[in-house]
Amino acid sequence: MFRFLSSITSFFVFFVVSIAIAGEHFVPITSYRTGPYGVSGAPAANGYVDYLKMINARDGGVAGVKLAWEECETAYKPDRFVECYERLKNKGEAGATVFQPLGTGLTYSVIDRLAADKIPLITMGYGRTDASDGSVFPWVFPLMANYWSISTAKIKFIGEQEGGMDNLKGLKIANVYHDSAYGKETLPVLLKQAEKYGFELKGFPVAHPGLDQKATWLNVRRYKPDYVILRGWGVMNQTSIKEAARQRIPANKLVGVIWSCSELDTVPAGKAAIGYNCSSLINPGSDYKVFDDILKYVYDAGEGTGEREEVGNQQNYKMGVLMGIMTVESINKATEKYGNKPMSGEQVRWGIENLDLNEARLKEMGIEGFIPAFKVSCSDHEGSAPVKFQTWNGKAFEPASDWISTDQSIVRPLIEASAAGYAKEKGITPGCNG
Amino acid sequence: MFYREAGQFKTSYKKDQAILPIFQDKIAMVGMLLFCFVVIPMFATDYWLTSILVPFLALSLAALGLNVLTGYAGQISLGTAAFMAVGAFAAFNLQVRVPEIPFLVAFLWGGLCAAGVGILFGLPSLRIKGFYLAVATLAAQFFIEWLFTHFDWFTNYSTSGVITAPPMTLLGMAIDNPLSKYFLVLSIVVICAFLIRNLIRSEIGRSWMAVRDMDIAAEAIGINLMKTKLLAFGVSSFLCGLSGALWAYVVLGTVEPQAFDIARSFEILFMVVIGGLGSVSGAFLGAGFMILLPILLNNLGALITGGTISTETIAHIEYMVFGALIIFFLIVEPNGLARLWQTGKEKLRLWPFPY
Repeated sequence: MFRFLSSITSFFVFFVVSIAIAGEHFVPITSYRTGPYGVSGAPAANGYVDYLKMINARDGGVAGVKLAWEECETAYKPDRFVECYERLKNKGEAGATVFQPLGTGLTYSVIDRLAADKIPLITMGYGRTDASDGSVFPWVFPLMANYWSISTAKIKFIGEQEGGMDNLKGLKIANVYHDSAYGKETLPVLLKQAEKYGFELKGFPVAHPGLDQKATWLNVRRYKPDYVILRGWGVMNQTSIKEAARQRIPANKLVGVIWSCSELDTVPAGKAAIGYNCSSLINPGSDYKVFDDILKYVYDAGEGTGEREEVGNQQNYKMGVLMGIMTVESINKATEKYGNKPMSGEQVRWGIENLDLNEARLKEMGIEGFIPAFKVSCSDHEGSAPVKFQTWNGKAFEPASDWISTDQSIVRPLIEASAAGYAKEKGITPGCNG
Repeated sequence: MFYREAGQFKTSYKKDQAILPIFQDKIAMVGMLLFCFVVIPMFATDYWLTSILVPFLALSLAALGLNVLTGYAGQISLGTAAFMAVGAFAAFNLQVRVPEIPFLVAFLWGGLCAAGVGILFGLPSLRIKGFYLAVATLAAQFFIEWLFTHFDWFTNYSTSGVITAPPMTLLGMAIDNPLSKYFLVLSIVVICAFLIRNLIRSEIGRSWMAVRDMDIAAEAIGINLMKTKLLAFGVSSFLCGLSGALWAYVVLGTVEPQAFDIARSFEILFMVVIGGLGSVSGAFLGAGFMILLPILLNNLGALITGGTISTETIAHIEYMVFGALIIFFLIVEPNGLARLWQTGKEKLRLWPFPY
């Protein structure tokens, strides 16, 4: 009886809510504000929503059609993400435009449904890595840089620190990683680079959630590495930085991945994090027109989603704004071909595949210097954007390098091999039909 | 008034031993099956089928398994999700290495492997009981999760450590749309539920209940404790393995070992406790409660507030309401929802008379 009542109620709920959104581009926002990663997910969601609000207020939407959005809480669980996906995919006049799961496990759980539902997925800076080969994965876009590309940039950064890639020979690099699918994903590409450049690599897994790493770091100390790559997520990062300091490994020998690169990781580690380097898809600093616009059009109007201090100053918030930028730009590109009306998922997929964020467009949008210029194509769903490295000075992140390009000569063959394997397993004929 | 047995006489032993002896029960069961197989597919949307009904059915199978172990045989287990993981990975590994095998055989194989692992981790039950056994099964939970994360052989050396279920075809038909998936899971669950219902009423089921109630007395009257307890672990883990395979193949499509972590074990334990220990319908009621209630609260929250309250607050309210309801149920009816249902049926037999 309980189920009967709940089914009747839910039926009416969907009916009422779905007719409320019409005549707008619908952007589903599957955020995680609760659960173990809620502290990272909440600012990102705030950034995303703030950017959409700003576009509506400043530009009146995209191509004259306003943006509508709805948040759904996933708590970083794949089954809840699938439920949110199914609930939101048909909302809005033309259906959902694009999903950004902000989680690798979440991405994997819906990849097989995308072709039937005709909805694209933007997975900026995370899995599924081999989706960079768009001929096998037409609906998944790991924009800007995927895990493997960022890994090559990291080795290049270390090379830069040493004064040249030749000086990498004979170095000892420790890879402290989160013991999960996410953490293990870069091992093959790191081993390939170790082969190519002649450095020694050793992996040190940290059991989830990573609050107790004393034993791991004792082993790292015994290994006497020259550099330590930190591939963590969530609370593991701050613990790793603190343990590294305790083991007298200087912070500037730590190189973190983009998901170990936020104030949430460095501030709790206190003094131990000063000098810590990590990679990022965006430039550090808050002096960009886009953040001024958000403060002016959203926060000054009292519509701010999160805290005012976060705007432009918090890494996760800025990544959220970046997510918003990608969505809006893709919708914008789609309207160039399909006209000024609410865009459907299929049309936005074309938009993403033909994204061309060159310097002129970045300047127009007020984000010149915030992100590098890059271009997406069918075979290259990534865009091969360069990666920035930043260092923590105790109060904020500062640039530690220029934009370092990724080494696609190493990454691309691996991606194509992996994608071909997937195509064979699933019986997909790869092809680029535009 | 309509639930009376007056006038229904059993004229043979066979009729007396039927699963549903009361005529009205037979009608209700047929009605419910018709509803599940005919009415729901006609009216349910894709969202309902994919996100609510199929996960509900898959998890209720696991809850059924745990109910057999904890509710009927009295062995507390916190390793349910580990056995689900074994089922999922075993089915996947068989299909990946021997592609010609039909997926149903792979499911059965997954169940059998899970049964084997369950029996292995059930060996401590021969010496320890209650809380200590729960801790021993907790070891199973962590060990299995670690095993699948660390040894790439289990994920067929995939770089990302997740397994992707191969596509399923039955008699030439591909099972890839919500409706066919729903029918597949529903059929498997209905068959298993009937089999378990029968098993419970047999000698094996009675020996399980004897072991649960007082194992020393059970041993005294000649029940072989080792066989009984290990059989309980085996049957329970078989169901959990089958449920895990369904979870990986039908519900999610790709699964990493973290999908079967300790939180999942606790979720299924709560389903069984709320639904009612020691009843087949209890597994379904508990699973329905745990899956539907959060979604209902989420949707109600979105409807009532219309987006003015953040999803974060709604999620937190969800947890609070959920916890409060669990506490309420455990105080008001510690035997779970199934007992409430049974009390209701008993009152119906006398209705409209108060006693």
